[in-house]
Amino acid sequence: MLERIPLTAMRTRETGEVVEIAGGMGILRRLASLGIRHGVKVIKVSGAFARGPVVLRVGGTQAVLGFGVASRVIVKVSR
Amino acid sequence: MKKILLMGNPNVGKSAVFSRLTGVHVIASNYPGTTVEFTQGTVDVGEEKVTLIDVPGTYGLEATTKAEEIALKMLREGDVVINVIDATNLERNLHLTLHLLEQDIPMIAALNVWDETTHKGITIDVEKLTEILGIPVVPTVAVTGEGIKKLVSCIPGASNPGVAERSEENRWKEVGSIVDKVQSIQHRHHTLLELIGDASVKPLSGVPIAVVVLFMAFKIVRMIGEGLIGYVFEPLFERLWQPMMMWLSSLLHPDSLIHSIVIGNLINGEIDFIQSFGLLTTGLFVPIAMVLPYVFAFYLVLGFLEDFGYLPRLAVLLDSLMHKVGLHGWAVIPNLLGLGCNVPGIMATRILESRKERMIAATVISIAVPCAALQAMIWGLIGDYGGRYVGIVYLTLFIVWFVLGVFLNLFLRGRSPELIMEIPPYRMPSSLTITKKLWMRMVRFLKEAVPIVLAGVLVVNILYFLKVFDVVAAFASPVITRVFGLPEEAVVAIAVGFLRKDVAVGMLGTLDLTVKQLVVGSTVLAMFFPCVATFVILFKELGIVDTVKSILVMLAASLIVGGLLNAILK
Repeated sequence: MLERIPLTAMRTRETGEVVEIAGGMGILRRLASLGIRHGVKVIKVSGAFARGPVVLRVGGTQAVLGFGVASRVIVKVSR
Repeated sequence: MKKILLMGNPNVGKSAVFSRLTGVHVIASNYPGTTVEFTQGTVDVGEEKVTLIDVPGTYGLEATTKAEEIALKMLREGDVVINVIDATNLERNLHLTLHLLEQDIPMIAALNVWDETTHKGITIDVEKLTEILGIPVVPTVAVTGEGIKKLVSCIPGASNPGVAERSEENRWKEVGSIVDKVQSIQHRHHTLLELIGDASVKPLSGVPIAVVVLFMAFKIVRMIGEGLIGYVFEPLFERLWQPMMMWLSSLLHPDSLIHSIVIGNLINGEIDFIQSFGLLTTGLFVPIAMVLPYVFAFYLVLGFLEDFGYLPRLAVLLDSLMHKVGLHGWAVIPNLLGLGCNVPGIMATRILESRKERMIAATVISIAVPCAALQAMIWGLIGDYGGRYVGIVYLTLFIVWFVLGVFLNLFLRGRSPELIMEIPPYRMPSSLTITKKLWMRMVRFLKEAVPIVLAGVLVVNILYFLKVFDVVAAFASPVITRVFGLPEEAVVAIAVGFLRKDVAVGMLGTLDLTVKQLVVGSTVLAMFFPCVATFVILFKELGIVDTVKSILVMLAASLIVGGLLNAILK
């Protein structure tokens, strides 16, 4: 079953597809420059422990997002 | 002269390419945002000499940080762009390439980090990429120099096919279609470095790893620093320099001004390198035998951690802590650099986005982050009484760092943006690049610190001779004696702190203080007013209003903390 959840709610090693980013143009651009855009698949490496940042693998690289930003990026995961 | 700009995303190796092309060494590290200011050098292209500029990395052509603002300003002044692309990250890098092409400036591209594509199972069709982009593309490995000659030979062929400005979305679409055409990726297993990389950002394994790394870093710095002092520099000074200075002393009248300036006071008829306080005795001993070994050790270890790629992982782990002081994880970089010298630390606050963050970071660094020179002197002076006392100084400074950050975060207006950052892969650093970087930092230290230390010692001796300090001491004594519990003469040390903090702590060594007084004195010196170099950079980065604010906070904090320590400690 497909579920829509924020990055912060993903499990470690889970893969999700970015479907929505709630934020202004500035945030969208910053995220895009790290490869995090609509339709992109991301794998969660770690994070969100005690409202800490989330580490993702996107394409060939890794990126880290603070808890607040990460909770505004919605992904589709199959569970 | 023609201006050629090296531009590209952060952490793609622009500075390494720059060093290769110009022979001018600039600091390169394995994390985004090492270059916060542009550096320029010259290159011979055929017969012509051109200016090459190492521009700070930028993800796009909209400025979000001060370093990116600088990059965009440079773009308007350049004649040719060498776009440095991380070949292992083609998609993200090409977005900037396309955006640059739309600016109608002649370009060539370097596909850097080319050697790593093989390990990562990435194959790129360079010919096809050249054809699609319409500009020369050269694979390079800047750290070894591979492809650099060819890159230079392509500069005259820089071109621009003339592309109309696209929307953000269309640009990404175009990037996608180019990547599909030129790149193929083979699946392969994770390497050991990648596994360690993952382990060091997960809280459960990352925190113990961080504790071990930092503890080891500290131990190694201590070991190398103490080793160099005990086995190399102290013997050199005591066995070689001391007899020469004693001979010089015997030629001069012991009460003359020249003797007290050059040699200083003889202690029981002998030269004491800490207490004599002459230009050629203490003035050389402090920077060379006490401080230099620690500066060397610190930058050696820092250089390794920088090039290996550990610092961004530390930023991830410390993000939550840093949010409490109104910063985010990335601010560990300026703070760590500040432990070497506050000047590059405060310069590095340019990687932070908001004015509020930069104000907080610059202020806490200049108050509560002791530079390597200061730390070396604290260890040299208090270390003999036991690590416990040095620990009190460090703990006090850390508490001040934290409380001050929380306080500034509450009272300063402005936003505290969140951490959005790429984490570079771990890379085994080459000993050559580490040595070069260390060499540059040592030369910088010797050139900038030694003259100021000597000037400081000279000024102190002249002022002593003119008895200026007696007047100042009488004036400042209520604060110095009652609040800090220090003898009146300590005012000299505090005054010298304006010039250099290591000399200032050295002065405390001439006063026969108790260990408690040493602890209070060095903590106050660490916090009180920035040294002249830090002051200049604070002023440059923050402007006059914020610098004044920052200094008022400093004065208040050092009064309170010095008074408290004096009251609490026994």
